[in-house]
Order: sequence, then C-alpha cells, then structure tokens
Amino acid sequence: MSETLNRYRVSTRRSAELALLVGAWLIGVFAWILVDSATGETSLGGWTSLLSAGVLLLVTHGVVRWQAPYADPLLLPSVAALNMLGLAMIHRLDIAAEQRAISNGSPMPTPDVYLQLTWMLVGLVAFMLVLSFVGDHRRLQRFTYTAGFAGIALLFLPLLPFIGSEVNGARLWINFLGFTFQPGELAKVALTIFFAGFLVTRRHSLALVHNKILGVGVPRAKDVGPLLLVWFAALLVLILERDLGTSLLLFGLFIVMLYVATGRRSWVLIGGSLLTVGGAVAYQAFGHVRVRFDVWLDPFADANGTGFQIVQSLYGFANGGIFGTGWGQGYPQLVPFAKTDFITSALGEELGLMGLIAILLLFAIVVERGARAAVATRDPFGNLLAIGLTTVIGLQTFIVIGGVTRLVPLTGLTTPFLSYGGSSLVANYIIIALLIRISNAARAPEVTDAELVLRPAGDEND
Amino acid sequence: MIRQINRVTAAIVVLLLALIINLSYIQVFKAGDLRGQAGNQRVTLTEYSRERGPILLASEAIAESTPTSDALKYLREYADGSTYAAITGFYSVVYGATGIESEANNILAGNDSRFFVDRLQQLFANREPKGGAIRLTIDPDAQVAAMKALNGRTGAVVAIDPTTGAILALASSPSFDPNLLSSHDAGDIQANYEELNADSDQPLLNRPLAMTLPPGSTFKLVTAAAALESGNYVADSELPGPKQINLPGTDVQLGNWNDKACGAGDVTTLQSALEISCNTAFAWLGMELGADAISEQAQKFGFESEFDVPMTAAISRFPADPNKPQTAMSAIGQFDVRATALQMAMVAAGIANDGVVMNPYLISQVLGPDLTVLQNTNPSAFGRAMSVENSKILRDMMVGVVNNGTATKAAISGINVGGKTGTAENAPGEPAHAWFVGLAPSDQSKVAVAVVLQNGGGATEVSGNSLAAPIAAAVMRAVLKQ
Repeated sequence: MSETLNRYRVSTRRSAELALLVGAWLIGVFAWILVDSATGETSLGGWTSLLSAGVLLLVTHGVVRWQAPYADPLLLPSVAALNMLGLAMIHRLDIAAEQRAISNGSPMPTPDVYLQLTWMLVGLVAFMLVLSFVGDHRRLQRFTYTAGFAGIALLFLPLLPFIGSEVNGARLWINFLGFTFQPGELAKVALTIFFAGFLVTRRHSLALVHNKILGVGVPRAKDVGPLLLVWFAALLVLILERDLGTSLLLFGLFIVMLYVATGRRSWVLIGGSLLTVGGAVAYQAFGHVRVRFDVWLDPFADANGTGFQIVQSLYGFANGGIFGTGWGQGYPQLVPFAKTDFITSALGEELGLMGLIAILLLFAIVVERGARAAVATRDPFGNLLAIGLTTVIGLQTFIVIGGVTRLVPLTGLTTPFLSYGGSSLVANYIIIALLIRISNAARAPEVTDAELVLRPAGDEND
Repeated sequence: MIRQINRVTAAIVVLLLALIINLSYIQVFKAGDLRGQAGNQRVTLTEYSRERGPILLASEAIAESTPTSDALKYLREYADGSTYAAITGFYSVVYGATGIESEANNILAGNDSRFFVDRLQQLFANREPKGGAIRLTIDPDAQVAAMKALNGRTGAVVAIDPTTGAILALASSPSFDPNLLSSHDAGDIQANYEELNADSDQPLLNRPLAMTLPPGSTFKLVTAAAALESGNYVADSELPGPKQINLPGTDVQLGNWNDKACGAGDVTTLQSALEISCNTAFAWLGMELGADAISEQAQKFGFESEFDVPMTAAISRFPADPNKPQTAMSAIGQFDVRATALQMAMVAAGIANDGVVMNPYLISQVLGPDLTVLQNTNPSAFGRAMSVENSKILRDMMVGVVNNGTATKAAISGINVGGKTGTAENAPGEPAHAWFVGLAPSDQSKVAVAVVLQNGGGATEVSGNSLAAPIAAAVMRAVLKQ
C-alpha cells in the first residue's frame, strides 16, 4: 500500500512523452505532405510508411511505459522528431532521384526511404530489447572488458578480407547477407561502455598528481598508457580505414570521459596535444587528410574537384537563407551524399536557418537530457556512461554539421537520427535506450523498505 | 564528477551554438555572395523553374516557355526562330541570354519590382509564379520580307516608323536558330554554339546594331542636309562636278564612279549631284562646308550617340578633326566614317519625319503575367536634325534619286519612294558594301529603311541599286501593305 502511494508521489510524465511523441510524428507527417504537394508526388505508399512509423513509435512508447516508467519524457520524442524529419528528407531526395531518372530516361532508382524505415524498425526493436534486457545499467559494468574487445573487433572488422568493403575511399563497411553495415557505429557504443567501466575503477589512480608543471598537475608517466593506447587505436582507424570522423570521435570521447572521471584538466591538455601531433603527422603523411584540410581552408580553390562537395553544400545553405525554400522546393539533390553526410545542407536549403536552429535545439535537448541523467544517477559508472553516451551524440553532431558548414574540416560521419544509414540509426537508438534506462534509475523514487526486501540479494554492486 | 559533467555539457552546448552562429553567417550574411558565385547552378535552376513570360509581336508569340518533365521545368521555344533571332536573342543555360531575352530579363523572369503585387497574389493563391511579357514594335510582314529578301546573304536591314522611332524590322543575315542554344542539353548547346561561333559568316553577330561600316554614298544625304541647313544652298544651287578633282595637298585624283563629269561644262546642281551620286561635287561641297558642319549635322542624326533599343547599338562615327582631303572623302561616306544600318535608317527617318529624329525602340509594351498592359512605350524625340522646309526639299531630292537617278530599283508603283544608294569601298581588293537608304511615301512618312549587304557587290553605284534597293522595296511594300 505504501508502495503505491510512494509511486504516486513521483510523476512518471509518461503522458507528456506520449503527447510529444504524437507531435514528433505529426511533424514528420506534415513534412511528408508538404514534400508530396510541392513535388507533385501522388503515390499512396507514403501513408503506409507514415502509419507504420507511427505504430512503431507507439509500441516503443508502450515498452518505455512498461520497462522504464520513470524515464526522461523528452529523450524519445526528440530523437523521434529527428528521425521523422530525416525520413521526410530522404523521401524528398528519392523523388528528386526519380524525376532525374524520368528526364534522363534511365531506369527508376529504388527509393531509399523504405529501407530507412526498415532500419527505423530495427533500431526501435534494438531500443526495446536493450531497455528490456538491461534492467539495470550497472550490470553493464560487468561486461567492461567484453565490451572493450567487442568494440575493438567491430572497429577493425571492415579490414577483414571478403566481408570488409571500401566505399568512396574509406574502408568502414562490411557486407553481411546482402546488407552493408558500418560496425564502427556499434563500436562507439561498446567502447563507451568499456571506457566507463575501465575509468570508473582506475579514476583514483589516474587522478593522482605527483608534480606540477606551470601550475598544472601532471599525471604520472605510467598512467598515460591507456590514453596512448586509445590514441594509437584512433590513428590506426585513420590510417587503415581512412575514417577521420570515427577516429576523431573516439579520441575526443575518451578525453572527455577521462576528464570527467579524474577531474584533471591536464588530461584535456595532454589529449589536445596528442590530437595536434596526430593531426600534424597525418597531414604530412596522408594525402586524404591533406586534401580534407586544404579544402577546409579554401574550398573554392578547386570548386569542381576536391572542393565540390563542400562548395555545393554551401550553395545549398545559401539558397535556403533564413526561412528556406520550403519542403520540395529547393535543389538539395545537387549536393553529393545529400541523404547521408550532407543531409544537414539539404535540410538547411529547404527549411532555412530557422529550421536548422530548431533541429540543433532538438540535439541540444537530447544533450541536456542525457547530461541530466548523468548528473542525477547515483552511481559513478552510471555518471560516466551517461555523459559518455551524451558526448557521442553531441560530438558526432558537431563534427558532421561543422564539417558540412566548413566550421571544421569535413571528416565524414552520419548525422545522428537524420542521415540515411542503418548502422548509425540502430547504434543511436541503442544509445538513447541506455540513456533512458539511466534516467529511469535517476528519476525513480528511492526504493522503499518493502521493495528492498523483495529484491534478490546481490543485485546491487555498491 | 558532477561538476565535470556540467562543464562537458556546457562545452557541447557551446559547440552547438558555434554551429548556429556559423550557419547564421552562411545563410544570412554570406548568402548573397554564394548565390552569385559563377558555378552556382541554383540561380539558373530557380530561373528555369518559373514560367518565363513570352515575347510577343502584335498577336503571336515568337518566344515562349513550355513545361517539360526534366529538372529545368520550362523550355524556351522560338517560333520561326531564325527570322527573329537578331531581336529575341537566345536564352541558354550555358551561355546566358542575349537580345531582348537579356535586356528584358527582369520582366520576362518576373523579377521586376512592378510584379511585387502579382508575386504576393501568386503566393497567397498558391499559383506557380510566372514572368511578365514583352510586346515588340516589329511588323512581322516587314521582318519576314527583309529576311526573305536578304536570302542568306551577309547583311542587315532596319526599318523604322519615322514618326515614332518604332523599329518595324531588324534583320541580320545569315541568322541562326535560337532553339539550338536554348535546349536543356548542355552538350548539344555547346556543340551548336561552337559551330555557330566558328562560322566565318558570323551568324551570331547582330549586324544591324553591332556592325559599323563605311556608309559610302548614302552619307551624301547627311552632307546634303548640312548644305541645306547652312542656308547657302538650295536644290538648284550649282556645284562644280568635274570628271575628277584633286584632293588638296595630295596627288590623289578623286573621280566619279562612272568616270564621267556630272554635268555639261563640269557643272551640276545639288539635286542632280545627289540623283547621280556625284562624288566630285559632294567632295567639293564637303570641303566648302567644312568638317565641323558635316560632323555637327551627323551628330544631329545620331552619330556619336549611344542608343539602347534596348540592346545597345554600336556608336556610329564621323572622324574627328579631318584635314581637307580627309573631309572631302568623309563627305562621300568614305575615309573613317562608320555607321550602323540602324543609324542610316535613322537618317532617312529624320528626313521623313519633317526633320525630327526619334529615338529608336523595339519594346512597345510591358505586360503583366496575365497580359494586362503595365506600361506603353512613349515615343521620344532624339532631336531636330533639320528644318521642316529643308527636310521637305531633301525628301523631294531623294524621290528624284529613285525616279530619275541611281536608285530606280527601289521604286514602288503608285507611291513616291525616296532613297539613296551607296557603294562603300572596303579594304583594297575586297568587294564593296552595297547600301540603300530610303523612305516612303515621301509626302506622309510611314517607313524609313536602311539596307546593307556586306561585301555585296562591285565597285559601282549600280550594285547599291541592283542589290540593296530591291530589298528595301520589298520591306517598304510589306510595311505599306502594297
């Protein structure tokens, strides 16, 4: 009886989540309708897609209600809105590809939006499975080294013969049963778990300071080992797979988590120096890095060659202006890889600066909510894991959008939840599932005496 | 750990803010620059996504946009393209626009500020935006007659309504089909353009407006006008007209085209000298009047001025500060005198319009997307070139040229046609340019015309009459519906 009363005192906010989720779905529906009306597309396939996406989101909401009733109510609707916007833009680009095929008399291309919808299904199923099977995030700490090995394996899987494949110069895909998959996306989840588990046990020794240089505490030489290892792994990714984005993301992630775990700013300085050294060496040694950097400095120097992608992307943003051309009324198809790396410039053209600010605010909400879970959870592993996962989404968003807007050199990553690409979507939904799991633990009321008695012994680590 | 988490969160939020600031810079402050970049296809695509307004004659469209199924939503099509190419110009994805397509682009594309209200209505009514239309002064009968009469020979014809300055025909030959350059296939366009550009007959050259040639004996009209305006000469004034005269200070003997004296006792009259195109009499007259008087008269007809019809015509020139022999040669339209066909038509038009030269123009009306008239062109005077009386005298003299003199092939039965032939020497050894400048009817000006055939014929005045005059007659007949 006291349990019921206790639960009533803390609002679960599930109804808010449901309302917001309906709102997120409606954003996608309206976007889709606008795309169809602007481009004169009349096929009814859209409604089936939209309804299945809606049903899928409802089922997911039901699972959250059941498995994580105290979860943060904003996380799922925010990423659902991003996912729906991404679907609408991929649909819009499908139409552009169709129109192009008609005018060229070439065979009709297969629309990508249905495949993306399938990946949304896979991603949300993964989300539900993670939420259901990871009843308590602290259990993940047991799998620290398993996750570490899995992460490394996934990261270097594309290097294996036969299943690994190279696309556009980067070797980061694998072919499996006719599907292509980017295992690096899943690797970042596994490695975040590994970093959190590893750092939470080593943080006290890593925080030790023996001497100071220029007033900054410097860690012991023998403690630099783990950082050097990650640095080396990131360099290997850069050299062997030519994947600048993942390389940068993993190293940045580790520095952030190291800083959070130890509270030592000196790690950030050391990490930053290693990053600079690695970057400088890579610039000197590798043509593909040099090209990316030079294009960043002056994309118009070779606007029809190496600078083509970024220049086209900038033209797209410029054409959008403040309010955008409107759904279906711009020319986002002129930007190469508009469905994947450059989806932001497609959205920027048709939705304008206002639309992009709204999208970036959605990412900011995800980051803020993830950080809130990180702060509120009561165990250090949970703190670290949550801020790590939040950093993955925030940093990846910055690296890719900064790249297509020429704020930073273009490195090639997918935009979380927006870009076409299954592995990215699945990995990011798993991240959100874990954040929701942690936020649920953070927001759930303190267990009552009655509950404590009911729970099996040995379930808690601390 | 909590403090570090908050700091990291703040750092990520700062990164997202940096993205927003950078995007504001690109999409607001830098957007104009980026849109104007040479390689930016979007500007073209946006232009092609709107229905461009038609270019109209009195009723029919000679250029209009039709919907397509490809990325560029509208295709520009020209009915009877090669007949009107010198007027419409082309509208090309690769090479931009020329002619009216270029000059009236703001109206045709619908960018003109006058369309602001239309655009708002289109926005609210959710109608596809559409450009405005242009109506031309061109008389299709005259234009077709001119192109037909030129028949592919290199040359130009300009016909003007003398009372308004409205251009009735503007023909350039050989011509090209603007449809060849206005397709949506960049490769085709490029191949076609390169072929046209490599053609030694220069079909892309807008001859009536851009080509300046020595006007030859047709310039004697300007010298005659200067003589009449000086007050010292009338039609019957006697002038020396020997077989040849010595150009002072040189060994050069300037002779007549038929190698004969212009009258008994080497004396002729102004009227007779014009009729038989007497070089020695006009060379003498030129030296008597002086370069300044002729230059001033030429400027009153439009020499040394720029005219936008709306395409900008090349400036016709009379040499600055010529010495005596150069003045003598200039007075008969040789030496460094250069004129466009448009300019020579304006000379005839000024004489026809009681001495007042009107500014030439091609656009009669600017129309909205729904073809309501937004603006009618008001004819404007360039200036008075000669007195009413003197213009009447010169018109009568020109009628004499057609009836009794060198321009017999310009005659139209039942109508008093006035004219003047010209054969302008080109570089030594090359065939001369055959000219004809005329007006009709002489008592109530309806049309003034200039015809030039580049490297058209032999060295005699006969070629102006045999080659150029019939073309002018055909055009004048078309205008007068004879």
